[in-house]
Amino acid sequence: MPGNLSQDGYLSLDELESAPGVPAHDRMRRGPVAVVECVQEIPCNPCEAACPHHAIQVGTPITNCPVLDAEKCTGCGLCVTQCPGLAIFVVDLSRSGETAAVTLPYEYLPLPEAGELVDVVDRSGEVVGRGRVLRAATTPASDRTAAVTVEVAREHGMHVRGIRRKEVDGNGHDR
Amino acid sequence: MRIEQHPILGPLPEAREVTLRVDGRVVTAREGEPIAAALAAAGIRVHRYTAKRSEARGILCAIGQCTDCAMIVNGVANVRTCITPVADGMVVETQRGVGRRSEM
Amino acid sequence: MSIVDVLVVGAGPAGLAAGIEVAKRGGRVCVVDRNLEPGGQLIKQIHKFFGSREHHAGVRGVDIAVELLEEARALGVTLRLGWEVFAIRPGHAVDIVQAVADDTTGSAGNAPTESFDARSVVLAAGAEENALPFEGWTLAGVMGAGAAQTLINVWRVRPGKRVLMVGAGNVGLIVSYQLLQAGVTVAAIIEAAPRIGGYGVHAAKIRRAGVPILTSHTILRAEGVECVEGAVVAQVDGTWCPIEGTERRFEVDVICVAVGLHPNTRLALLAGCRLVFSPALGGWVPLHNAVLETTVPGIYVAGDAAGIEEASTALEEGRLAGIAAYERLRDVDAEGHAEIAAIQRRLDDLRGGPFCAGIRAAKSALQTAGETPCPAT
Repeated sequence: MPGNLSQDGYLSLDELESAPGVPAHDRMRRGPVAVVECVQEIPCNPCEAACPHHAIQVGTPITNCPVLDAEKCTGCGLCVTQCPGLAIFVVDLSRSGETAAVTLPYEYLPLPEAGELVDVVDRSGEVVGRGRVLRAATTPASDRTAAVTVEVAREHGMHVRGIRRKEVDGNGHDR
Repeated sequence: MRIEQHPILGPLPEAREVTLRVDGRVVTAREGEPIAAALAAAGIRVHRYTAKRSEARGILCAIGQCTDCAMIVNGVANVRTCITPVADGMVVETQRGVGRRSEM
Repeated sequence: MSIVDVLVVGAGPAGLAAGIEVAKRGGRVCVVDRNLEPGGQLIKQIHKFFGSREHHAGVRGVDIAVELLEEARALGVTLRLGWEVFAIRPGHAVDIVQAVADDTTGSAGNAPTESFDARSVVLAAGAEENALPFEGWTLAGVMGAGAAQTLINVWRVRPGKRVLMVGAGNVGLIVSYQLLQAGVTVAAIIEAAPRIGGYGVHAAKIRRAGVPILTSHTILRAEGVECVEGAVVAQVDGTWCPIEGTERRFEVDVICVAVGLHPNTRLALLAGCRLVFSPALGGWVPLHNAVLETTVPGIYVAGDAAGIEEASTALEEGRLAGIAAYERLRDVDAEGHAEIAAIQRRLDDLRGGPFCAGIRAAKSALQTAGETPCPAT
């Protein structure tokens, strides 16, 4: 297990750089693209079947780390809600206004609403800034995993991987 | 303490309400759930006291293997409340020690 | 005395899969479980499974349980729920006692019993959570991580407001995530080892939710009068000893213990099966061969009862044991058995990768030892 992942429980940027599922920076600047943050050999391959463009490859044995073909990837985001490890994101650094859009999987209540302003967090759970929710929805195929797209500062595109959850009570209402 | 809304499990399904008496106190429960679930929902965490040192015990395994949740139910001792469903009018008592209540 | 071809102990993924295979072949099978709600540990697994499509990857455990139960019922598998097996006598005679009375006005001492005459038995009663004795560990509010998972995902009740999770293996990481989903705060996860034992992706989703994972930390004590009010942890050195001056208190009302599972071996012992101690498989485990037969002919074992793994491997082992039990396969008969070969291939796929190296080696060692089965005593 890479160093930071095994001690702190999240991937450092160094560890990500060499991951076969992480696209090059300039591809992110051309439009939305998947970022598959999966670097351990575990038997798992739903990402491969999820992609309609065959942009993610696992092959056999199924313990192979997923490899992203960034040119085939359209950034459609279907993979985001199919990964059982919730380890796939879509990052778009091509937007105007010095912003990026990050799509992340989300399985908590309450589900944020489009237009809402939220605190956005990095892989260690630290708040790195504010973001505006662009979309947040489940689909029948996503099986209760929501895809949340949040607009953040462009320099946070490869950092933001979550939104700060509100404290809720047993009814799903904010405390 | 009940989870009314859950992101994966959805809303808590409807269930008929039943009434238990726990050490004399009225506790409402949902039909079909284990006794221990109703107690946990009511914030009752101590199920029994040990025989030698009268130490409090509560849920440990929750699947009927460890007996830490045992209580006297309708006069019967050593009932594993984590696998035994509630019934309307059920009388549940904190158990002290082991064996039948009449022997303690 | 009821007569069956196969008596299965446990209605979890292994037991249900075994029952299904027997019923598919036209055999009479009864599956016994102490819980009124069948499905074993599957009914609390609300996360999506790993593996590949043929392993139900991407499907939530709770949904797999529903599918299995529908299939079992449709095939006519008999389920005796709320009953426990308390004896397996040579032949095999299997005695069961009602664990959950229909009405509790009856006395526990007179709970009804029944007996079965079974050609084969499949032991699939799963595992038990390991205990971690520390000062204050008996306070109400100290419970297994699996216990907390039962409360939140099956009973729909929160165990408390703030949890300290002890153990950063997959169970500790996954249950911590599910506690968050249930609206419970997880103050921290502590792990005595210097590294996180569970999958990186499970750790990652809990870390971005703001939950700290403290490696090289142990719990010193739980504080409270009758119920947990706090937990004191400390850093440990390279010899697992607490380092003075590093104590830290968490204000929590629940302490979840996720320090591993061990196979349930009571019935195997009672039935005269030889056990071996296998740390990689969780502790004492019945010696078994490649078709999951123990050292007692006609008694098979499957799932966590045969070594701690996962639901997906339990399902496959259950299938294998069901086929072997019905056809009374001995190890050598598996050669050329197409269905068994397919199951073995799927098991090999699930056991691939570095995380399962210990399990592969242990299962292989067991099967080598099992080549010369002990004569039944």
